[in-house]
Amino acid sequence: MVKVEERDKFNDHLLASGHTACPGCGQSLAARLVLRAAGRNVMVVNSTGCLEVFSSKYPESAWEVPWIHSLFENTSAVAAGIEAALKITGQLDRVRVIAQGGDGSTADIGLGAISGMLERGHDVLYICYDNEAYMNTGIQRSGSTPYYARTTTSPPGKVSRGNWRPKKDVPQIALAHGIPYVAVASVGYPMDLDRKVRKALSIRGPKYVQIHVPCPLGWGTAPERTIDFARLAVLTGLYPLYEVENGELRALKIPKKVPVEEYLKEQVRFRHLFGKEDRKKEIAEIQGIADQNIEKFGLIVK
Amino acid sequence: MVKGRMLQGARAMAEMCALCRPKVISAYPITPQTLIVEELSQIVADGDLEAEFINVEGEHSAASVVLGAAAVGVRVFTCSSSQGLLLMSEVIFNIAGMRLPVVMICVNRSVSAPLNIWNDQQDSIIMRDSGWIQLYAENNQETCDLLLQAHKIAEDHRVMLPAMVCCDGYVLPHAYEIVDLPSQAEVDAFLPSYDPIYKLDIDNPTTMGAFADPEKYMETRYMIQETMKKSLSVIEEVARDFGSSFGRSSYGLFEKYRVDDASTVVVALGSMAGTIKDVVDELRDQGEKVGILRLICYRPFPKEALYEALSAAENIVIMEKDISLGGSGAVATDMRAVFYGREACPRISGFILGLGGRDITVDDIKTTISKAQHQVADADFVGLKEDLELEGING
Repeated sequence: MVKVEERDKFNDHLLASGHTACPGCGQSLAARLVLRAAGRNVMVVNSTGCLEVFSSKYPESAWEVPWIHSLFENTSAVAAGIEAALKITGQLDRVRVIAQGGDGSTADIGLGAISGMLERGHDVLYICYDNEAYMNTGIQRSGSTPYYARTTTSPPGKVSRGNWRPKKDVPQIALAHGIPYVAVASVGYPMDLDRKVRKALSIRGPKYVQIHVPCPLGWGTAPERTIDFARLAVLTGLYPLYEVENGELRALKIPKKVPVEEYLKEQVRFRHLFGKEDRKKEIAEIQGIADQNIEKFGLIVK
Repeated sequence: MVKGRMLQGARAMAEMCALCRPKVISAYPITPQTLIVEELSQIVADGDLEAEFINVEGEHSAASVVLGAAAVGVRVFTCSSSQGLLLMSEVIFNIAGMRLPVVMICVNRSVSAPLNIWNDQQDSIIMRDSGWIQLYAENNQETCDLLLQAHKIAEDHRVMLPAMVCCDGYVLPHAYEIVDLPSQAEVDAFLPSYDPIYKLDIDNPTTMGAFADPEKYMETRYMIQETMKKSLSVIEEVARDFGSSFGRSSYGLFEKYRVDDASTVVVALGSMAGTIKDVVDELRDQGEKVGILRLICYRPFPKEALYEALSAAENIVIMEKDISLGGSGAVATDMRAVFYGREACPRISGFILGLGGRDITVDDIKTTISKAQHQVADADFVGLKEDLELEGING
């Protein structure tokens, strides 16, 4: 048994247990890892979404740090206001600000506010937990939903093969603001995630970190296999883990290319691509995205 | 000798805002509010106010920035108008629900379409259900006076609700008037620094903005409703304090002008009361018992005080610059509710004037008063032009 004091030393439970996340939720694990890396001297601003709902039902709260939720799309602006207030009252040297939300609030409804916050140079770390659809409202397509994935608003049908567009590249949008640090991480690689969050918080100014977080409910995957799927996304090249610090790119290498079928075939959201001869084109297109990433980010040591 | 300086309204409001020492200001330009934002940014740029001035990418974010800053426990300010206020509206409701004492100026302007940048009060009237205290000013002096009082009311621990000071676009912020602004020492003595009940603090972590299921939500609305009712006396108390501190009367919930023996009383909000007072004087000279009750505090709606003030009147004539399309004017609807089922039962008529900057003339007001003395009107439009387009409607 680890003593309470020992546990606290590592900040393991700043997002406390007892909340109502689904079994195998990648987002809750990632959020706990983020706070573990960030420590107690943070204020967290949370978008509306799964993470907010499962952690803050009045009169209970799973948050051991100052935490605020306002709305779906204004998290970055609320964080900017918090940062401004901390700055003018001389607290910014000891308090860090984290704004966080899902991919819907990041890639879609909150993108304008994120852009404003990044452009104005606020000292805020923005974290996107990317589970690739609006899971809290029942698995609807977001701008971050991957190519050909089934969601409740991008269903496959007689004339549809699922989501008709590749996912929006928000890390590159963040980079275009010329901010000092952008990173892509995965809940399947917790040590890499931990290092990136610590790195981001050591830098003053706006930072963007996007974390891939499988959602058993939305993806149709077994709860105990969340980490497997997170890793397969990286090992196929579909979710390249990289960071750009002051313009310099570093990517996490993968040992050898795993075919995308290994990642896709056991997820219900891609099931419609399998078992039918004429769907090979779609799988080849997804493989093309992975191959492009491997090339672009130099994921395999030649 | 008249005390004060000849100032453009926007400049006076910006200086009054700075005297209240907000720590974080965030706003987005929208005509006719823009002048206030420009003046404020200059005051901050000159180092005359130690504050963070955040230029945002839209009004939704302007309101969100001040929400976040208020949650840290500092005094904040924003201002907007029309489309900007409507874009903010989601955050406007959120700020009230979170019980953050944000103060803003709404420079009243019509709502599109058609695009029209001129004055009416539709924008802030739409926000009447949001949980914000709403105070309407007649002139620039009162806008400044109410801004100072709004901070004190909102931050009062018996209240802890946001407050919106409304002033008529162009008519006030663009006009030059003599305004008597208090000194910094006088303001500091009247308005102590903000003392939040709850705030974000790493030494005392709290969760703000938790979600409430059906077992909890309704009580939050009840608490705001009850607080709204109780804040009526705080508004009056602050107005009295203001009067004794600055030697200038502040009317509290409403101003009565020649009302006490009047058989016909006009009820109006904002700058049009100036013209109506002139008409009242003229009609009084002709022996007509007419007065005007200028409503300052529209939310909370001072039901009992209005009943007391108006129960002796035979005719109540509401003139308002807003319309709940398909229904009636908002103020007229509220006013009728004050008297329904009560002993006093005056004839209550509602008129819609001055939408989209249409001039409200002395003749308009006289005609309206005369009409209301003979029949009950509901949402009667006053001052319509005989446009070709109307032929089909009236045909």
